[in-house]
Amino acid sequence: MKKQMYNSLRLKIIGLTLVVSITPLVLLGMAIYYRFARAHEARIEDQVRHLAESQSYAVDFFLRERISLLAMLADTHGFEKLSQPAALSELFETMNRRSEMLGLIDLGVIDCNGQHTAYVGPYDLKGRDYSNEPWFAEVMAKGKYISDVYMGFRRFPHFIIAVRARNGPQHWILRATTDSDVFNRLVKTAQSGRLGDAFIVNTEGIYQTAPRFQGKILGQSHIDPKNFSHGSTFVERRSKRGATDYFAGDWLNNDKWLMVIRQELRGQTDGLAKTRNTEIMIISLGILAIIMTTIFIAHSVVTHLEETAREMDKLNAQLIQSDKLAALGKMAAGIAHEINNPLAVIGEKAGWMKDLLLEEEFQNSPHLEEYATSLLKIESHVERARKITHNMLGFARRMEPHLDDVDIHQILDQTIELLDNHARINGIKIRKHYHSGVQIIASDQSQMQQVFLNLISNAIDAIESNGLIDVTTQQKNGTIVIRIQDDGPGIPKDQQHRIFDPFFSTKATGRGTGLGLSISYSIVEKLGGTITFESEPGKGTTFIVSLPAVAPEKK
Amino acid sequence: MAIANILLVDDEVPFVEAMTRRLTKRDVEIHAAYSGEEALEKLAHSDAIEVVILDIKMPGMDGIDTLREIKRRFPLVEVIMLTGHATVESGIEGMKLGAFDYLMKPCDITDLVEKVQAAARKKRDHEEKIIQARIKEITSRRT
Repeated sequence: MKKQMYNSLRLKIIGLTLVVSITPLVLLGMAIYYRFARAHEARIEDQVRHLAESQSYAVDFFLRERISLLAMLADTHGFEKLSQPAALSELFETMNRRSEMLGLIDLGVIDCNGQHTAYVGPYDLKGRDYSNEPWFAEVMAKGKYISDVYMGFRRFPHFIIAVRARNGPQHWILRATTDSDVFNRLVKTAQSGRLGDAFIVNTEGIYQTAPRFQGKILGQSHIDPKNFSHGSTFVERRSKRGATDYFAGDWLNNDKWLMVIRQELRGQTDGLAKTRNTEIMIISLGILAIIMTTIFIAHSVVTHLEETAREMDKLNAQLIQSDKLAALGKMAAGIAHEINNPLAVIGEKAGWMKDLLLEEEFQNSPHLEEYATSLLKIESHVERARKITHNMLGFARRMEPHLDDVDIHQILDQTIELLDNHARINGIKIRKHYHSGVQIIASDQSQMQQVFLNLISNAIDAIESNGLIDVTTQQKNGTIVIRIQDDGPGIPKDQQHRIFDPFFSTKATGRGTGLGLSISYSIVEKLGGTITFESEPGKGTTFIVSLPAVAPEKK
Repeated sequence: MAIANILLVDDEVPFVEAMTRRLTKRDVEIHAAYSGEEALEKLAHSDAIEVVILDIKMPGMDGIDTLREIKRRFPLVEVIMLTGHATVESGIEGMKLGAFDYLMKPCDITDLVEKVQAAARKKRDHEEKIIQARIKEITSRRT
């Protein structure tokens, strides 16, 4: 019952402490991890976006450079000169010789009507009419044009750069075909890490450069350029197989092309995973420590509590016992006083009747003998009742103990001597085991004698006949312990808690008042000691009187 | 002459009655009082009382108070305390206040008579001595 209560208390303490301490820890850990992951993602986003922007800028710069170059050539050489195939051819060769990096494949001059007036390059395109081509209209309107990458006649990816120039009132166009491989390489430099990708798509999502993974140039990408707003970068996230892809796009070439940087988070999360693992480990260790500490603390608190409660119980039991004794003592005193008076009256009346019996008239009565006997009986029973009331009063009296120099051994000797005859008749041997170090103490000689008399005569009564009583004294740690051990039948378990109660007696009616042990108990208690017993039914009983070894005052 | 002239003080009427009869039978001149106040009054009215048998436990003025008063006002009267206590202490207290002796209640009538006699003897001796002293004083004055 109590055990259960303490167990539930223990569980309550442990549970509450764990919940209160672990919950914030876990929440904190989660919050930190979440924040850290967000920051990490933001950093990657920034990285990817920045890469897209710079790469887009580089490519755009590259394209603008091409346009500027063409425009400069057109302006410096003029339509007249470049219309001559020889001059155009020379220019083309010079350029190709000077810079292979230009990736120039052909060069052509187109007049304002869309006629290819001059061409130098691997194909014969001279004389073709471009007037109906949409790019022609665009270059005439806007002054410059860059086509999407296409395979064209040459079966490898290239694109066209065209610029418009002015020849008097007439416009003409200088058109160059460029190997897209040149900026393909440029774009590839942005393919960072193990999983990073960089490529360009047009507005329809067609690859303009070769992507690193999946798909090839001019193939349809799975990028939908509509997701990327014009004029700004855009970060898109896609989750697949638990990995996250970051896409950053930046428009270039007058928003015709989209520079896309793709970064798969899986490759970038090593740091995050490491952080997470470290965090989980720290939190786990923390939780383990908290659990162990909590269990330990709860255990020691509850154990301490249990001990305290046990001590309290013991103390309470003692208090209850002394309270009971005090209350009963008062009651006993009251009863004794009240009974004493009628007893006195009965005694006196009986005495008066006895006096009257001496008169002559009664002397002749045939029942004189019976009267006399009855009166004697009345008187003897009044005497018996008087003894009881006097015992009760003795039990109740609340006088301060009178302190003498008391030699415990001497008192024991006297007491045993007093009882020895009685014991010997019943075949009981009383053995003394005195410890020589027992000191003279300040105590009440006659009261101590009363206690020992009670205990030893109880032992004799318990044994009834043929047995042993061992009287042992000891002194340790300022306490004198006197043990009175008999080998009688012991005290039945169900009576053990009552033996110090006043009027509790197992002796035949009239042989014991049931006050001996209660009186002994209150005497020893008043003298600052304790009286306890150990009893095993069938084996005997030991009464243990502990007295403080208080040295008598020097006189 | 009776062996003693006593005043029995006890609030227990039947006890006083029984004692009165028994002591009278034993040639003791006996007066009864049922409280401390009554006892003092009776003492004030009668010079003949030699010994007071005084119960300690009485309502109102108890035995000890009464004893104190008796000893103050009638120092020559001897007092025997009657105590219900098994302890010697109340008896001792009474003796310290000048009681002649004490007896435990219920008491043996023979003991009581003996003690009463002794007390009466002591009182008479005292009185005798006082008378002798007075006579001596008077005679010495004459010379």
